[in-house]
Amino acid sequence: MTLRSALPALIVLALIVLFWGGLKLDPRKIDSPYLGKPAPRFDMEDLFTPDQRVVIDEWAGQAFVLNVWGTWCAECYREHETLLRIKAQGRIPLVGLNWRDERPKALQYLAQSGNPFERVGFDPQGRNAIDWGVYGAPETFLVDAQGTVVHKHIGALDWATWQRDFISRLGATGAQGMTP
Amino acid sequence: MTRSLGLLLLMCAWLVPVASAIDVETLSDPQLRARYETITEELRCLVCQNQTIADSNAELAVDLRNQVREMLQNGATDAQIRDYMTARYGDFVLYKPPLRPRTWALWFAPAIVLLGAFVAVLRIVSRHRRAPAETD
Repeated sequence: MTLRSALPALIVLALIVLFWGGLKLDPRKIDSPYLGKPAPRFDMEDLFTPDQRVVIDEWAGQAFVLNVWGTWCAECYREHETLLRIKAQGRIPLVGLNWRDERPKALQYLAQSGNPFERVGFDPQGRNAIDWGVYGAPETFLVDAQGTVVHKHIGALDWATWQRDFISRLGATGAQGMTP
Repeated sequence: MTRSLGLLLLMCAWLVPVASAIDVETLSDPQLRARYETITEELRCLVCQNQTIADSNAELAVDLRNQVREMLQNGATDAQIRDYMTARYGDFVLYKPPLRPRTWALWFAPAIVLLGAFVAVLRIVSRHRRAPAETD
């Protein structure tokens, strides 16, 4: 009898716990379906030299980071310091995907703020970005030496997050073959 | 009377949903265009999450509409286009979530709750029917 009278309260309590947990989820952060799966391809015009291509095969057998950015993206300015620091750290190459941008603006931005990227692909129509499931900028993907997407970060990247979510995964997922 | 009715109708105009986003290019084939409209109404714009890609003017929505249009022109089936989108953006891109073990709670919980409520009401009613005979 006591259990039966307590039942409605228990159900309400369970719902409160469920919804409370739900409140903490960020609907803007959508898990990439590529996590743990082979990375999609990219094949883009080089931002600096339009007659060259930036193709994913260049990093075959080695881990790399793909960073999606654009000069129209305010958050990208915020994370630029971190990207430069990642380059200085020298543990992993950064590949840039310049998304829906204008070439002169992108070139000027890199000339002014410094270029953290090994190569930068130019994707004005967003074709490669769609293939990677990009829906905002900045987005940063970590691909391991086996070509698997092991992490995706949405939003501006700070140094603590880089160390915690990226560097920690590098050791575990075979950093062999990386350029020093 | 007619004036106030007219005013009422005018006020209702606010409730009419805003026309969908305008495409620069359109499909000339009416059959393809109909399929295009259906599919883009089913896909979520991930930038403005409560809009479909048909409704949204976000740049990503424009890109995804272009992609859908191109795939239709190249003879892709509706299922192929949906698969293409979910492979890249996950089930979240679909306005109607697919039925899988992970979404069973989502699909069946309302029916189960309704059934439970129905059973509870039945029991309460039958108890009340019996009760007066005993007390009176």
